[in-house]
Amino acid sequence: MKLKQISVFLENRKGRLWKALNILSLAKINIRALSIADTSEFGILRIIVPEPELAKHILEDANFVVKVNDVIAVSISDEPGGLDSVLEALNMLDINVEYLYAFVEKKGKNAIVIIRTEDIDAGINALEKGGVTVLSSEEVYSL
Amino acid sequence: MIWNREAECMSAEDMSELQLQRLQAVVKRAYEYVPYYKKRFNDLNIGPEHIETLDDIEKLPFTSKTDLRDAYPFGMFAVPIDEIVEVHTTSGTTGKPTVSGYTEEDLDIWGEVMARALTMTGVHKSDKIQNSYGYGLFTGGMGVHYGGQKIGATVIPISAGNTMRQLEIMQDFETTVLTCTPSYGLYLAEVAENEGIDTGKLKLKAGCFGAEMWTEEMRQELEKRLNISAQNIYGLTEIIGPGVAMECSIKKGLHIFEDHFYPEIIDPQTMKQVSDGENGELVLTTLTREGMPVIRFRTRDITALNRDICECGRTQVKMDRITGRSDDMLKIRGVIVFPSQIEKALLKIDGLEPQYQIIVTRPHHLDEIEVMVETSPALFSDEVKHVEEIKKNIEIKIHNEIGLRVNISLVEPKSLPRSEGKAVRVIDKRNL
Repeated sequence: MKLKQISVFLENRKGRLWKALNILSLAKINIRALSIADTSEFGILRIIVPEPELAKHILEDANFVVKVNDVIAVSISDEPGGLDSVLEALNMLDINVEYLYAFVEKKGKNAIVIIRTEDIDAGINALEKGGVTVLSSEEVYSL
Repeated sequence: MIWNREAECMSAEDMSELQLQRLQAVVKRAYEYVPYYKKRFNDLNIGPEHIETLDDIEKLPFTSKTDLRDAYPFGMFAVPIDEIVEVHTTSGTTGKPTVSGYTEEDLDIWGEVMARALTMTGVHKSDKIQNSYGYGLFTGGMGVHYGGQKIGATVIPISAGNTMRQLEIMQDFETTVLTCTPSYGLYLAEVAENEGIDTGKLKLKAGCFGAEMWTEEMRQELEKRLNISAQNIYGLTEIIGPGVAMECSIKKGLHIFEDHFYPEIIDPQTMKQVSDGENGELVLTTLTREGMPVIRFRTRDITALNRDICECGRTQVKMDRITGRSDDMLKIRGVIVFPSQIEKALLKIDGLEPQYQIIVTRPHHLDEIEVMVETSPALFSDEVKHVEEIKKNIEIKIHNEIGLRVNISLVEPKSLPRSEGKAVRVIDKRNL
């Protein structure tokens, strides 16, 4: 139930984000979810795409530093308190969240949350115990 | 004012004669008492008897910093240790430091040349010299100390650092002459201004600045902000310390005290002497040192000689302000740094591409180094905190190697310029 996420190092320089996204666009890779962590000196672009290995290769060919790692995707109802139940489940079992980002499903009923915990397996376990719906890669890609 | 009119205003002819006598004597002493020189001379089949004119100095081998270091600690001394009354060393950032040993006579010479230098800035018996060069193994502090005392001035041995105390003493003691590095001089001026001290009311009249490369613009800044005459001093521990050459009040070059230190300018590629006025590497021979004679020391400093008559009345040859180095040595906040040291630190980090660029700036009169390093998968993570830990680790590794804090900038792979042949590793934006 793990999902592959691609992280790309972005130098704090004009046009770098555009360059990375342009490469994906030219390869007709559709981005399902995206977040950017920015510091004063560099940025980290994180994306979920249906073809993570292909995306990694084409970005690397363009001299980007790329890392592929696992994250967890969960589905929550798009209403007040939806995210609260997810974090509560993790908190109960003392799981730290490194970062998370969310997007709303097209149909608008549910929201998808991408979660990065230090130990992914422990994270999934805690979420399932808390009754949270953990999505498979296929479910995310087909959204 | 001229401290030693006889020496400093000697005719060219008399100077050459004196230099030849002294050169012959020092070559003989080096040959007889320093095994290193005996071997080097023997290898080249030359001996003291081959020095018949000053031009014959070209027959002698060069001495490099490595040669001096290999003799660590006392291998270059030409007298028994009983005769050595003081030692100083270089900072030793690139390995073992080089040691300089002084006999009583050597200290007297040092005091003499420093008295000449300080007199050029107008120092008189009645002056109070705030000596903000570091005291210790570094030669700056003691050199000024001996020169100031020889003149009979009052030396305030405050040493480097503790800026607030420097300013307090400067006001309370009514300091008239400041001696320190030019960047520290500017820093003092800045702090004084921030503290609301009216520098126009200080009693300072002159400053003797050296131990790092600086520019004409910095001089103007120092003169304006501290209301002084700012003059350039040159020297190096291997030869004696400060007091090898000093700028007179005309401020068009530094008079080399050539009755004690014989200068040559060589082309660092061909190793041959170049003509007066041409830029090249300064090579110095100590003509009078007893404790540690040094023959044809390659300073790596780039300058040119000028024998035009100086309006100040002195006849001793002048050298230009140092404009660069014939190696890639950098001086950052007075500390010697070679790019190879930074490279060595980077190579200790697994997965790091040895592609880097060093950018040196002087934003607020103090040097800063930024090291740009190309990221690689091994140095990258989806988590910000890991990337920052990696950066910190690189900073610590470099700090351990060079003793200075640097800022690391991670850049994208292949983004640093590659050049054919020698890569451009250093961009010095200080305009030295």
